[in-house]
Amino acid sequence: MSMQLRASPHLHSGRDVPTIMRHVVYALLPVCAFSIWQYGLSSLALIVTVTLSCLAAERISNKMSGTVNTLSDWSATITGVLLALTLPPAFPLWMGAVAGFAAVWLGKSLFGGLGHNPFNPALVGRAFVQAAFPTAITTWAPAFTPQRFVEFIPSSLTLPLMQPNDITTWVSANMVDGFTGATPLARWKFEHFVYPVEDMITGAASASTGETSALLLLVCGLYLIARKFMDWRIPVAVVGSALLLALAFRLFGGDEYPPAHLVLLSGGLMLGALFMATDMATSPVSPRAIWAYGAIIGTVTILIRYFGGLTEGVMYAILFGNALAPLLDKYLQPKVFGARK
Amino acid sequence: MDRPVYSEAGSAKGFSLLPAPPAHLPLAEGSKSSHGLVSLFSSWRRGSFQRGVHPAPHKGTLDQPIKRMPFPRKLVLPLAQHIGKPSVPLVGVGEEVARGQLIARCDGAVSAPIHAPADGVIEAITPRPNTRGAWTDAIVLRVYEASTQEVRCNLPQDVDSMDPAQLITAIQQIGMVGLGGAAFPSHAKLNAPADKQVHTLIVNGCECEPYLTCDYKLMREWPQELMAGIRIAMRASGTARAIIGVEDNKLDAIKIIRPHLPSDGSITLQAVATKYPQGAEKMLIKSLLGLDVPNGGLPSQLGLVVHNVGTLALLGRLLPQGQGLIERVVTLAGPGIKKPGDYWIPFGTTLRSILDWAGDPDCKEREVILGGPMMGSAASTLDIPVSKGTSGILVFDKRMLEPITKQSWACIHCSECVNACPMGLNPSQLGMLSAKLAFDEMAEHYHLGDCFECGCCSYVCPSHIPLVQQFRAAKAFLRERKPL
Repeated sequence: MSMQLRASPHLHSGRDVPTIMRHVVYALLPVCAFSIWQYGLSSLALIVTVTLSCLAAERISNKMSGTVNTLSDWSATITGVLLALTLPPAFPLWMGAVAGFAAVWLGKSLFGGLGHNPFNPALVGRAFVQAAFPTAITTWAPAFTPQRFVEFIPSSLTLPLMQPNDITTWVSANMVDGFTGATPLARWKFEHFVYPVEDMITGAASASTGETSALLLLVCGLYLIARKFMDWRIPVAVVGSALLLALAFRLFGGDEYPPAHLVLLSGGLMLGALFMATDMATSPVSPRAIWAYGAIIGTVTILIRYFGGLTEGVMYAILFGNALAPLLDKYLQPKVFGARK
Repeated sequence: MDRPVYSEAGSAKGFSLLPAPPAHLPLAEGSKSSHGLVSLFSSWRRGSFQRGVHPAPHKGTLDQPIKRMPFPRKLVLPLAQHIGKPSVPLVGVGEEVARGQLIARCDGAVSAPIHAPADGVIEAITPRPNTRGAWTDAIVLRVYEASTQEVRCNLPQDVDSMDPAQLITAIQQIGMVGLGGAAFPSHAKLNAPADKQVHTLIVNGCECEPYLTCDYKLMREWPQELMAGIRIAMRASGTARAIIGVEDNKLDAIKIIRPHLPSDGSITLQAVATKYPQGAEKMLIKSLLGLDVPNGGLPSQLGLVVHNVGTLALLGRLLPQGQGLIERVVTLAGPGIKKPGDYWIPFGTTLRSILDWAGDPDCKEREVILGGPMMGSAASTLDIPVSKGTSGILVFDKRMLEPITKQSWACIHCSECVNACPMGLNPSQLGMLSAKLAFDEMAEHYHLGDCFECGCCSYVCPSHIPLVQQFRAAKAFLRERKPL
């Protein structure tokens, strides 16, 4: 007979970190499946490669730092899957592996692992390859090519440390009608072309592996919100502020600015708002700070898209929000019960 | 007052939309309101506070009445069973005492006397483990095998003819303390300072801790005594009205108390949301009256005084009879208890004798908890006695212990603790500061002092960080370091 001693409370909700992380991975699986259906082998290989490289990086840093095996907390898996979904489908696999290692090592391990990282590791990985491989990361491949389940997009299989294989001959060989190799946002920026809404929902528009269907992302995000694995306030604040700004610009600025649906459905806004900005470790905890954080990300996204050199903006907006999160928490603390005015 | 208030007539004061009986309480069969919309609306109006958690209730033996357990052979009565100065023994070793006899007097204003819980002989006055496990002076009483349940040492008194000062003295003389857990002498709480006029007595019948059912059963079995106790407390404290707050999962108790409410509306009953920690006095006041007790202040600043239903029910029973507080209702529950239920247990009964009688001998690795599972403390030894503040004895087995203690992770900033803290603190930040031993910053910038250790943050933490324990350690550090 032994007496166990623990401090109160002696009950627990039963929820733990691996459970939360595992459910985020579950929620991303339909997105992965959709992208594989769109882009075939290349997408599958990219997701697998990037995820495995993240897991390898995590394991190596465990060994080097002498800590416990943290693969079981599923956070490296999320980083890998999310990172793969932000890369273009034709991204050379070896570059994907580089992105995976950069994400985990520069984005997380360097700061002490899960919970200590100031920036979303997947976005750190993406920012790294955006700087390292500017051409590859803006080379878009058409979806739904007839041979997608039997052959790779040529650039996927680029030899390590080589420039990506040229895909223009492959694109013309596949005779994809109307494929321009530009994203909806880029086509607006340079040609003022308004992409049809249905193309942006069904995944026919050029985009990163996992950002093509705003609708699917929304459904997967709602699952996490319903199961209380995600803070609904962040996506609402991000999308809400972006939408409000887009409407205001369109209303007062006129046709110079893109229509609101283009802003909402394109360029990873949904992916970022639902799965990147909500990364727990890098977002604030106080209610007012959470709203401010979301609003800042939405606003900066619009500012970058409308006035910056990039057609995209979500990634840097979230990294910017991540950097501000501790400050927001410090200055926008929760209101204490019974606080004297 | 914009919330449903139930008086005897069942009328909803100041809230005309509510039919009587209140629509949102599915009371007796057939009495359900057909006004679906009103019912929906009023359940939304039901008093509550912000945040908090919803642990599974585990209230297992609700249908059973309160039972008695046989007297143990020995009782250990710590002289400090209450907050304040320890009592002073009036008996010597070898002296025979009768059940109900005064054996230790109070020492000063914030103190309470002790009465013998059974017939027997004083065996020793010596240090013994108290409820916190610390060795302090205690009276050890060897119980006669023929000791009866009858109380022979009491002096019936006419409570109605007493003035408030006499009532306060009489309440102190029977050794009444808060039975909700804090064990603060009741008379001292009722004796409000002259400059702070209290006008409302809040009767706390929430019992929000999982597993515990002792207050619920007292409300169900002793409604008349409860009313008598409320009237005594109102007169002693000079309050004009009383509000009984009961969580809306205790419909039986609400149904039983309602007919006993006076028609003049001086005592009313209000159902409040079932949510932990609804029974914390600040949360209950918020739920009943919508008022915030100022940070660092007491309910008396708002003219309120809060007492537990169990305390008042016993007060109503014991004071007219002039009988000392010698036993209380204790909930025995948990997987390591073979005979779960609520029992009248005399003070001084050790955990060992309770578990010998009611425990499961096959439960090897166990944790014995005094009080509720959210705020109660684990007993370090079975020699600890039941005292005035012991509301429950829970025995948890290995299966329940492992999930929490097995592994912990770094804080992932999930904000669940912030969304759970009823005081509006940032436990995540406090936890990180305490890991850095930045105790001063915790107190100065993150309101450490407002934490009353309800345990919501630790309960929800997916990283299994022992947040509350870190805050206790930080507070203890700051307390001890304080210059004399």
